[in-house]
Amino acid sequence: MEPFNQHEGKVAVLNRSNVDTDQIIPKQFLKRIEKTGFGDVLFYDWRYTPDGKERPEFPLNQEATQGATILLAGHNFGCGSSREHAVWALRDYGFRAILAPSFADIFYNNCFKNGILPISLSDTAWTGLTPVIRGEMTRLTIDLPHQKIILQNGESYEFPIADYAKQMLLLGLDDIGITLRYQQDIDRYELNKRQPYQRVYGL
Amino acid sequence: MPKTLFDKIWDAHVVASAEDGPDLLYIDLHLIHEVTSPQAFSGLREAGRRVRRPDCTFATMDHNVPTDHPKDVKDETARLQLDTLKKNCEDFHIRLADLDSQEQGIVHVIGPELGLTLPGKTIVCGDSHTSTHGAFGAIAFGIGTSEVEHVLATQCLWQVRPKTMLVEFHGKCAPGVTSKDVILAVIAKYGVGFGTGYAVEYAGEFVAGLSMEARMTLCNMSIEAGARAGLIAPDDVTFAYLKGRNYAPSGADWEQALRLWRDMPSDDGAVYDAVVSFDVSEVEPQVTWGTNPGMGGSISDVLPRPEDCAHDVERANVEKALEYMGLEAGTTLLGVPVQHVFIGSCTNGRIEDLRAAARIVQGRHVASGVRAMVVPGSKQVKQQAESEGLDAVFQAAGFEWREPGCSMCLGMNPDLVPAGERCASTSNRNFEGRQGRGARTHLVSPMMAAAAAIAGEFVDVRTWLDREEAIGFGTIQPA
Ligand code: SF4
Repeated sequence: MEPFNQHEGKVAVLNRSNVDTDQIIPKQFLKRIEKTGFGDVLFYDWRYTPDGKERPEFPLNQEATQGATILLAGHNFGCGSSREHAVWALRDYGFRAILAPSFADIFYNNCFKNGILPISLSDTAWTGLTPVIRGEMTRLTIDLPHQKIILQNGESYEFPIADYAKQMLLLGLDDIGITLRYQQDIDRYELNKRQPYQRVYGL
Repeated sequence: MPKTLFDKIWDAHVVASAEDGPDLLYIDLHLIHEVTSPQAFSGLREAGRRVRRPDCTFATMDHNVPTDHPKDVKDETARLQLDTLKKNCEDFHIRLADLDSQEQGIVHVIGPELGLTLPGKTIVCGDSHTSTHGAFGAIAFGIGTSEVEHVLATQCLWQVRPKTMLVEFHGKCAPGVTSKDVILAVIAKYGVGFGTGYAVEYAGEFVAGLSMEARMTLCNMSIEAGARAGLIAPDDVTFAYLKGRNYAPSGADWEQALRLWRDMPSDDGAVYDAVVSFDVSEVEPQVTWGTNPGMGGSISDVLPRPEDCAHDVERANVEKALEYMGLEAGTTLLGVPVQHVFIGSCTNGRIEDLRAAARIVQGRHVASGVRAMVVPGSKQVKQQAESEGLDAVFQAAGFEWREPGCSMCLGMNPDLVPAGERCASTSNRNFEGRQGRGARTHLVSPMMAAAAAIAGEFVDVRTWLDREEAIGFGTIQPA
């Protein structure tokens, strides 16, 4: 996985709350058996008309957001279905970080597994980003080691992130690889804790 | 220290803990379906990894399955997913309830009915409605595909321990009001994010009086309140439901299991991070009017006016939702015509749901211009319903009687609602486009859906129950 350290990029603003994963990637695109190729259909129903034309009013279709790598959105982003395809689509489109006042749990977790940094914005940070929401500033720098969002005018805001999640992103680690280092613990657990109940819980 | 039900199960499954980080949790049961697993298996293959516990893994086909002729999968990509699942299960020695199996059905319906879902288990599935299984006193939650791969490879998952919330229900429900209405009312009151970060335990005399089916509906919708897991303490109702199920323990093992399970409910004095108290006696039949499950209310409620909203974002959301749904602020849903009725899904596709709907339908006929379908949640539900003659009741009334699958809950198969048309649906999500591009979904209970099908418009099913009580079920001629 591509490690995440410092990132500077263009921001796309989707000022809606409760953006659900059905919108991020509609179900008709869930039938693929690969992880790639979802970027073109990201936000499909919002982005295109039924006959496949771009809707000019949708943020990702506007000149100013072309090549955006940071998405700024409203409360409870990524709610609904657990489909990781939503994260694959955002990543495939080119997003590396998603900023929102709050996230749905499953979506938030899925981000880290795909090299996307989800940032929960404090009230202060959300207010501080007003010029970005208004389109007066279009770029941001995200400094993961220092947990800071830096605006073009130099103002900066801290953001929280669990330490292990930070390390995963910084090092670009695959978490199955990490877990397999706990092989002995798993073996021991199975033997001591699970085996006695095998007849109760085994298939 | 006194522990909650949740704490007891969690603590019993911690394999290791990362410092200042998540716990490595052992997973007892991993359920799999065709949509969220292919990339996980290809990940395993690429890394040369095997499935650690095929014996704790169980697969079914549900999301993509056509419900008219299940084996005639015309959609190439859907067939590819079904074939891929079959091949993956063969290669990795995983038990699969395929389309020929009598065990096939929606993953959250078959887990409990096969006795795979048991109290005290940790259960995961690449599907957010895995919260359903918590009705048995299990920790059950949905995961993404990377986590599916992780569980396949390690039988474990890194999880941050959620906070715990107790939702205590008081009072008794009025006739015509179901656990679906109660959970919709809770979400309408507290919003779609109020459970985020929590595992929610439901308790109170109302819950104790519910059947397992109704409890599952409650836990199923936890995710619509943002909670990944919903739980109910196991009791005699739970044990009676499980006894004798295919994969449930039997004989001496059953006795051992009972001893374990009876110790599971929260200890006296156990502390929750949050406690919510909710009176169910006031709950009326619910209908959602908007584009998330929190945008709903009682059938007689007046739809919100954007100008009354306190915040800009909320105002914009309400405006957008009303526009998408083709509804006018300040009116009610009573009498609004529906073109489609869907009875099914992992929320309300169980035998009891079909019985409740059939009671309303019996001796009546679907209104002209309404397409109504019943999709049983599993093969077993379908067989049971047929043995009770429910299929005949539905078909005589003009309902389509389908084969098991997710169907119109998410429309990955050909069961779709056309743009601009309205559907009374017993499913769990009314997101934009969920049942088809431009489709307008209203979430309701099975009884409310059945009544809407007959009337051709939204009605308050309680007014029908009064008539039923006066005349007796099944004696009313088609309207
Ligand atoms: S019935 Fe609907 S919610 Fe349930 S598993 Fe199927 S698609 Fe998901």
